[in-house]
Amino acid sequence: MLQVMGISKTFNPGGVNERRALDGVELKLQKGEVVTVIGGNGAGKSTLLNAIAGVYTVDAGTITIDAEEVNQLPEYKRASYIGRVFQDPMMGTAASMTIEENMSIATKRGLRRKLRRGVKKRDREFFCDRLRLLGLGLEDRLATRVGLLSGGQRQALTLLMATLNTPKLLLLDEHTASLDPHTAEKVLELTKMIIRKYRLTTLMVTHNMEDALCIGTRTIMMNEGRIILDLNDAQRKNTSIPDLMEMFKKASGFAMADDKMLLAN
Amino acid sequence: MTSSIWFGALEQGLLYGVMVLGVYITFRVLDFPDLTVDGSFTLGGAIAARIIVEGMDPWLGTALALVFGLGAGLVTGILHTRLRIAPLLAGILMMIGLYSINLRVMGGKAMLSLLRLDTIYTDVAKVAPSDWAVLSLGLMVAAAAAYLLYVFLQTEMGLALRATGDNEQMSRSMGVNTDSSKVLGLALGNGLVALSGAMVAQYQAYSDVGMGIGMIVVGLASVIMGEVVFGNRTLARTLAAVLIGSIVYREVIAAVMRMGLPTSDLKLFSALLVIAAMASPMITEKLKPGKTVERMT
Repeated sequence: MLQVMGISKTFNPGGVNERRALDGVELKLQKGEVVTVIGGNGAGKSTLLNAIAGVYTVDAGTITIDAEEVNQLPEYKRASYIGRVFQDPMMGTAASMTIEENMSIATKRGLRRKLRRGVKKRDREFFCDRLRLLGLGLEDRLATRVGLLSGGQRQALTLLMATLNTPKLLLLDEHTASLDPHTAEKVLELTKMIIRKYRLTTLMVTHNMEDALCIGTRTIMMNEGRIILDLNDAQRKNTSIPDLMEMFKKASGFAMADDKMLLAN
Repeated sequence: MTSSIWFGALEQGLLYGVMVLGVYITFRVLDFPDLTVDGSFTLGGAIAARIIVEGMDPWLGTALALVFGLGAGLVTGILHTRLRIAPLLAGILMMIGLYSINLRVMGGKAMLSLLRLDTIYTDVAKVAPSDWAVLSLGLMVAAAAAYLLYVFLQTEMGLALRATGDNEQMSRSMGVNTDSSKVLGLALGNGLVALSGAMVAQYQAYSDVGMGIGMIVVGLASVIMGEVVFGNRTLARTLAAVLIGSIVYREVIAAVMRMGLPTSDLKLFSALLVIAAMASPMITEKLKPGKTVERMT
């Protein structure tokens, strides 16, 4: 489904702030596979997701989605295949527009936008059906401006919008990291439910080791722009969180020095 | 005499209101501080005046103003999206470039008089009471423009345009070509601005190479005043507020002039008005401590 072959990305090449964010990353995802991504700060997790989404072009390597090479496609064209949820709940929705207007924009992901009414009556029924999945009562607030919703509600809505037109690939970039623990858990439950319901191929970055090991079927660990560990489901079953920390230390030569990762346990 | 001043301000409010709708699209919807407006307003006036002076149909001149205004906005959009020139600079470059173009359009003259020549208003005066010609045509054009915008901003393309101004990252992740959205918005905005310029030139019976100076400030002042007076809770309300703001602005100007301020001070007055409106949320927030202030634009 997704094939990432030898991609590299260096920020500020030649400058004082030169930083090699991705260093020959190889990754293959089967259709329907759900993979969690862990690693310390600056390991290249977000860069990997952004490179796949087309936020920036890579210096080397190829990215293929369903046998189509997407390297040269701009971000908005790759959006036809990819649904995304960002870490910042404000990033995934347009605050000044209503819930139904936001959802209408999402239904046109990958399609031509025309000069016809954006929100039609039968759209509203469809939106309500989907919003009911969230169990947040948003189906009664279609005409509410999204800016009036809480961070958790906005993130749940973003998740719904990202999957409204079933994407070939879902990219979740620490999408629960800036929510309070209770809301984070709720959004994570919704995420699992939606991934299962639509059998979405997913790449999920997380800081939470426990989530990393229990969600999906495979976990990869990144460090300094490289994938340093790739655990399949069977291997994961025999791996505890301390094991994971130990593996990180062995593979990278450093102890996991990230506060968030330690606190997440 | 007194009543005619207020009536004149109402007429102007509607004619300039079309320009304010244009500024609303670029500045508010698209969040793009577009200074092209100063040049495209004059461009509209210049094109209409030249066509009329040449003895051609004033309606044709007005329509051409709209078309070339669209073109000016298109070029600003291309400067920004293709050549990656910052919004403010792209607008300033267009404004300066258009100054020379406008002089050329007017045949090298700084002013073209339309006295005793047929305009769109003399045509309307044939079918309506002549005192009401400007008001009725202004009302029709402004209302039609506002209604068409209202419909457009709720279409799939319109929603993409609004999303682009609200959250570019989200728009791109939803497959919106944000560059195209910006070009479209800038073209539409400047089209309306030039149309307004054409109507104002025919109203005052001359076009002047400096008639667009500070138009962006006038537009902004009107948008802000309208939102303060009438609110912006829904799209329909905001669009109505924009037109009402334009009328209120002209009435305020008329009032100030009646107080004896010379017309040459009007631009300073407009600038102060915008500063006051922009600063007002900051000042009211200062009164209730412990809250952070979000800048208006």
